[in-house]
Amino acid sequence: MKAKIIITPKKAVLDPQGKTVQNALSHMGYEGIGAVHVGKYLEVELTSKDRERARQQLDEACHKFLSNPVIEDYRLEIE
Amino acid sequence: MNFAVLQFPASNCDQDAVHAVQLLGHVGRLVWHKDHTLGDADAVIIPGGFSYGDYLRCGAIARFSPVMQAVQQFAANGGLVLGICNGFQVLCEAGLLPGALIRNRSLQFRCEHVFLKTLTTRSAFTNQVPAEKLLRIPIAHGDGCYFADPESLATLRKDDRILWQYASATGEIREEANPNGSLENIAGICNERRNVAGLMPHPERACETLLGSADGRFIFESIIHALKNRPAAQAA
Repeated sequence: MKAKIIITPKKAVLDPQGKTVQNALSHMGYEGIGAVHVGKYLEVELTSKDRERARQQLDEACHKFLSNPVIEDYRLEIE
Repeated sequence: MNFAVLQFPASNCDQDAVHAVQLLGHVGRLVWHKDHTLGDADAVIIPGGFSYGDYLRCGAIARFSPVMQAVQQFAANGGLVLGICNGFQVLCEAGLLPGALIRNRSLQFRCEHVFLKTLTTRSAFTNQVPAEKLLRIPIAHGDGCYFADPESLATLRKDDRILWQYASATGEIREEANPNGSLENIAGICNERRNVAGLMPHPERACETLLGSADGRFIFESIIHALKNRPAAQAA
């Protein structure tokens, strides 16, 4: 099994990287570009067979360590 | 007084902090991140640098090191803790201070002298700063933009916990004087109990006129003053 974790800045938090990428895309001539949010993507390989337990543990780790709830949101997927 | 200065892999202002403490006639001792105790310490300094390579987020990994468990306990007992630059980031990640420090709005690493306005002398970190005195102290960071949700920010303001703001050379809190995009030009704050503080500027690099400014001394002298005048029961 593998976990995929996507971490993005909260909407209320200044995201200068996203803004800069958005501007660059517009300058390159791409049309219809709205706000861009630059985050992080983590892939975690799981050796456990217990899917629910793995989800519980990683959810806790996302909250405690892998993301900072003050400034970031996360999405956890297990496949 | 004995200052415990933490040392993580890639701390790089640890020796400067020890030097500053020694300049003022006190003892600075390095404490390795794997240590479970602080030893004989009257105050703790978490120095600047790039602990654990700034991997994941600045300070995110350092906060789980064994020595930080000892710092949590030390702070819970009322001990004085000052986080400088990366140390401020570590304290926010550890939940000892509210908010977070994110990438500078300019996306640039800023390395320059700034002026700090001290908003309150009612803390162990500011009690010796003369009234109206602007502190000229260097910054050197890429992730120093202070962020907190509106409620936390209102609490900081209400409880007089914003210790320093970035100011112009004439002491005005203006956008042009804000080097990193911090909310309300915040350069440093303290916790509710007022025994834990963090700031992005480096007072330890401004303790000798030879280095361009000795204004950083006011912050260390404040800590020493507070320690000398602490109630006996709080002597940790």
